[in-house]
Amino acid sequence: MNMIKVRNRFFSYLLNKRSLIVLLITFILLFSTFLISLTLGDRYISIPKVLSVLLGEGRKIDELFIQAFRMPRIVIAMLAGLSLAIAGAILQGLVRNPLASPDILGITGGAGAAVVLFLAIFSDDRTNQLTVSIKWLPLAAFIGAIVSLIFVYGLAYKNGELRPLRLVLVGVGFSALAQAITSFFMIVGPIFRASEANMWLTGSVYGANWEQVKILLLWTIVFILLALLFIRNLNTQQLGDDVSTSLGVQVEKNRLILLFISTALVAGAVSFAGAIGFVGLIAPHIARKLVGASYGVLIPLSGMIGAVMVLIADTIGRTVFLPIQIPAGVFTAVIGAPYFIYLLFKTGKR
Amino acid sequence: MLIHFKSRLIVLIACILLLVVCFFSSILLGYTDTSFTNLIHTFTNFNGSNEQLIIQNVRIPRAIIASVVGASLAIAGLFMQVLTKNPLASPSVLGINAGASMLIVLSITFFNLQSVSATIWLSFIGAALSSLFVFGLSSLGKDGATPLKITLAGVSIAAMFSSITQGLLVTNEVALEQVLFWLAGSVQGRSLDSLVMVLPYIIVAWVISLALGSKINTFMLGEDLSKALGQNTAMLKITLVVLVIVLAGGAVSVAGPIGLVGIIVPQIVRMIVKNDYRWMIPFTGVVGAILLLLADIASRYVLMPEETPVGITTAVIGAPFFIYLARKGGTIK
Repeated sequence: MNMIKVRNRFFSYLLNKRSLIVLLITFILLFSTFLISLTLGDRYISIPKVLSVLLGEGRKIDELFIQAFRMPRIVIAMLAGLSLAIAGAILQGLVRNPLASPDILGITGGAGAAVVLFLAIFSDDRTNQLTVSIKWLPLAAFIGAIVSLIFVYGLAYKNGELRPLRLVLVGVGFSALAQAITSFFMIVGPIFRASEANMWLTGSVYGANWEQVKILLLWTIVFILLALLFIRNLNTQQLGDDVSTSLGVQVEKNRLILLFISTALVAGAVSFAGAIGFVGLIAPHIARKLVGASYGVLIPLSGMIGAVMVLIADTIGRTVFLPIQIPAGVFTAVIGAPYFIYLLFKTGKR
Repeated sequence: MLIHFKSRLIVLIACILLLVVCFFSSILLGYTDTSFTNLIHTFTNFNGSNEQLIIQNVRIPRAIIASVVGASLAIAGLFMQVLTKNPLASPSVLGINAGASMLIVLSITFFNLQSVSATIWLSFIGAALSSLFVFGLSSLGKDGATPLKITLAGVSIAAMFSSITQGLLVTNEVALEQVLFWLAGSVQGRSLDSLVMVLPYIIVAWVISLALGSKINTFMLGEDLSKALGQNTAMLKITLVVLVIVLAGGAVSVAGPIGLVGIIVPQIVRMIVKNDYRWMIPFTGVVGAILLLLADIASRYVLMPEETPVGITTAVIGAPFFIYLARKGGTIK
């Protein structure tokens, strides 16, 4: 086998040639999607022009379109996809359940409930307008995510340990509760509010700006680096608690850290991009079908697949049905599901 | 956990008695006060008073619908967990809710369809088609419908359908307003006629379900072992899928997508009679009916005199209890 070993005190990667090729192809796919997405919109800008803008030599008008409107949105879409997919991959590894996904932990649900509450509290029923700026919405979502995180962890923690299955069950219960709160406020409020909330719940990256990009970029980079540091333990955890413990892994501590990393990633993503569903569930499965279950490759690959999925979904959403904009969350499943099902039956086993 | 036949039987009977109590409370409690004598007089000595009319036309249908829907959803959830070998699975994993919702929203958006009986059949057809699609798809290939394949294919298809629904709703505010209440799930204001359309199938499904207990016990030993014991596992799986379609599809068509009952109830029951399916199936049905009846009673009081969809109350009652059990039971598996 053509294996490439990268190993030191902190990292341990075992790459085979196939994985490397898959990683490379996915990266090229991501980059070309990125370029194509920059060209599309109200106004078509050809690829050479896009490249010259990227190199700082484009025309003013192209630069305006790309820098001010398209780029922030595209970057947010990619970061959100990246974070959700990596979080999903980590969770599926920890919980050892193929249904595990960021949604199931109740973080997305909590953020959604917070958004609906925000819309309910700060809107004026007479004028149908918000009384505070919409730019606080991400903050509300983030607070919701963190509060639900604390709740779910607190409730799942028992006798000094955090069993994955218990965590997931508590998460399922908590998401159901959050979902109920969300529907309740959508039903009692006026319809325009329900409609606005529905938009967020579907997941969209409207109105992204550079300020948001900066925050999310920093947040995502920090936690993805942390994730890469800790994933070697994830490989061992696949074997079960007892085996991992006997291999000298501090199961409990690592699990807490990994869970924290994945929830932090989800919280960041949903704050700015809304409750984009399905990516966190399916991107890791696609990655696993392509390269097998070694987390050193699986994590970056899932991340890139997630980024491609959300980016394509958002690009379709903002171009194909012009002048209507459709939230990215609508298309993630439409793109991801058929490909995944194809993989499911092509590979047959596993 | 109960082990002996006798103690299980006693608890089951106690649960059934509780179900009866809940059923009558559901008839008697609500915005209009009614008394037990009133209820009896409705049958023995009908005088057309306001209370009696409410009992006859609103409360009784509602209590019956809640019990039937609750029991069916819970049993369907249990079977999904058997099929996928996953304690987190519910009928929605097979795409039941997503398929039903999609067909309803499609027909409202494009054909402006609103009649009650059309809604019932459309959602039933949607549920049936999407779950047949999922199961058919996961049966392809050499190894047949493995639990993992059913789960993953189901989740993907369900996500695809529900995102189509979402897309339609995002672009169409009128449709959103119309289906929002339906989408949250409700047993209020549904007439008995709508239940009568699907009830015969549901009852047949219940009877078959009750007879399957020991077969499922064998099946849960593992597919290879149960095949070696002479069981036709493919046939059993198909039977289970059909039962889930009839039970959950029927429930959805009458009451809309009510979540969580299918996950919570089997987990609760598992703590009472740990994985003996001969007992789990009747217990699941009874507990499911109790849960939905209670949730429906509570949903009358939250926003009185307005109604909250029962799907919301199920979650509000069920979720904390579920979390409590998840914390307490170290043995959930």
